[in-house]
Amino acid sequence: MAGWRTHAGRAITLPHDNIDTDQLIPARFMSAPRSEGYGKFLLHDLRHDADGAEVPDFPLNRHDDATILVAGRNFGSGSSREAAVYALVDAGITTVIAPSFGDIFASNAVNNGLLPARLSERQVKQLMMHLGDQSGAARIDIDAKELRIGDHSFAFELDDGWQTKLINGWDDIDLTLAHRDQIHSFRDQRLKTSRWAWPTAQDQEPPGTRAQ
Amino acid sequence: MTQPRTLLDKLWSAHEILKREDGTSLLWVDRHLVHEGSHHAFGKLAARGADVAAPDLTFAVVDHYAPTRQRERIADPQVSRMIDTLRNNAKQHRLQLFDLMDPGQGIVHVVGPEQGLTLPGLLINCGDSHTSTHGAFGALAFGIGATEVAHVLATQTIWQKKPKSMRITVDGSLGPGVSAKDIALNWIARLGTGGAQGCAIEYAGSAVRDLSMEGRMTLCNLSIEGGARLGMVAPDEVTFAYLKDRPYAPKGADWDAGLEDWANLPSDDGAEFDLEVTLHGDDIAPTVTWGTSPEQALPVTETIPDPATLDPGKADAARAALDYMDLPSGRALEGIAVDQVFLGSCTNGRIEDLRAAAAVLAGRRAKVPGMVSPGSAQVKAQAEQEGLDRIFTEAGLDWVASGCSMCVGMNGDLVAPGKRCASSTNRNFRGRQGPGARTHLMSPAMVAAAAVTGTITDVRPLLHGRAA
Repeated sequence: MAGWRTHAGRAITLPHDNIDTDQLIPARFMSAPRSEGYGKFLLHDLRHDADGAEVPDFPLNRHDDATILVAGRNFGSGSSREAAVYALVDAGITTVIAPSFGDIFASNAVNNGLLPARLSERQVKQLMMHLGDQSGAARIDIDAKELRIGDHSFAFELDDGWQTKLINGWDDIDLTLAHRDQIHSFRDQRLKTSRWAWPTAQDQEPPGTRAQ
Repeated sequence: MTQPRTLLDKLWSAHEILKREDGTSLLWVDRHLVHEGSHHAFGKLAARGADVAAPDLTFAVVDHYAPTRQRERIADPQVSRMIDTLRNNAKQHRLQLFDLMDPGQGIVHVVGPEQGLTLPGLLINCGDSHTSTHGAFGALAFGIGATEVAHVLATQTIWQKKPKSMRITVDGSLGPGVSAKDIALNWIARLGTGGAQGCAIEYAGSAVRDLSMEGRMTLCNLSIEGGARLGMVAPDEVTFAYLKDRPYAPKGADWDAGLEDWANLPSDDGAEFDLEVTLHGDDIAPTVTWGTSPEQALPVTETIPDPATLDPGKADAARAALDYMDLPSGRALEGIAVDQVFLGSCTNGRIEDLRAAAAVLAGRRAKVPGMVSPGSAQVKAQAEQEGLDRIFTEAGLDWVASGCSMCVGMNGDLVAPGKRCASSTNRNFRGRQGPGARTHLMSPAMVAAAAVTGTITDVRPLLHGRAA
């Protein structure tokens, strides 16, 4: 994952609360390999009618150049499916601005370079009023934790650890493996003091033999 | 004297390997549960050429795509491919797999506890939001995304910021026909789906203590629908009695040592929580959702609200929900006709749930079609031993094999567009049970009542003279 500091793009609004992960990507698309690209699944059942035709006035259908979404509270609530983030990222979205996010969604977003920028309800309302059903020029600065859409300039909230991660595009596994010795000694200590925490062996068969 | 500590404090410090300057902790993971949906994570591991760090602590379960009929010959090649991918990953990394035909197969959050893989004092991760279920045992259990699943596979650790602590106390006791599901829908309706965002909930109070492990699991399972990171109940004699002699639970001296450690887990007297909420069990009625968010729930005796009278922030959502659900405001919830019912899921697919539904259905016929999918093969076997399967089939419902099934529809068990389903599941999101499907969440007993009358119905009168 590549890190990023600033982004200049186009913002649009999705003026709804509780846009859940089942909306972001319906479950039936989740068996596809990522290499296929998940952008076409983004908000599929809101963007298309029952016959599969595009809903012409859905914001994402009207503005295919959008890179920033301004949405209502509790964006990404629901399941842990990281595919919801893949759909956004593969559709070219870099930033979602909302008053609040589902917890798991927000960490998944950061793990994939997607910025979950939190503003107050009032600030989000102002942006929605400003944009209406149009798209607008927008600029995001992760270093400064600032965003500008039209004349509106706001400081957004973002956890410091997430800020660093988004900027550096770090892979946690490499970071963690630098602590390998500490992990091993923790494990050895836990095994000594809390042996009950290890599963009782079921039989003498090597693990995996129940696999068919 | 040391500061009184919460259950969360104790579990957190027992797993903290180190803490970064930005306040993020690296935690040790005791159990990692994977399923077919973990294919992205295994793909990431393969891309790095990495191995699973602790195959002895990693368990694989076929559930999300598990067919509930004709398992011998899977008709859908996509379903077949997803299950084969998990089999291959389990084999390659030498993971214990609960495969489709294994007597231990089931929904991962039913299997963990019933196998004794879930224990008090553990940290449990799974790439599924309903991992909060396992917190019912006094464990730190939370769902993670695919990148984090890959991280746990590769390191057996997870980076996390400590959540805020929240205690939901339910005083008094629940009336007949009222269950853990109703407690959950009640608090979520009150606080909203973001009400517990960023929090670890500890459920306490007499009505929670009185719940069986099954009820506590339902309560913790639904924590995520109120936005919480996880839910927990402090372990007690009910917990220990449930776990003793389970296949993977500790035995002999290890069991005794476990008991000793687990007795110290409950929150200390005087421990402080960031947020406190109190409900009264006696005030809770059977509760039903009317919209497309779990917070859009009301006692079954109520009428659908007029969006104009709601908080302005919620009015638009209510209008859109009623439009999708094809329901008018002001209509009584009781009497809304349903097209079908579904009993099952990690929320309410356990033996006690099936018993509660069977108590209503015994000797009665369902007016609408429906499916009963036990939470695991073991629950299925137990239910058949108790004759519950005959109660369901004699009532006209289909008795099928276990899996996530119609809760999420990945295996092809779908509610058709425009159809209305009374469901014991966890999410009434738009399209969750299939494109255009309309879901009403409720307890298993209430689903059974809906089956009997073909409409949303207060189960309580149907229980008169019956042992619920």
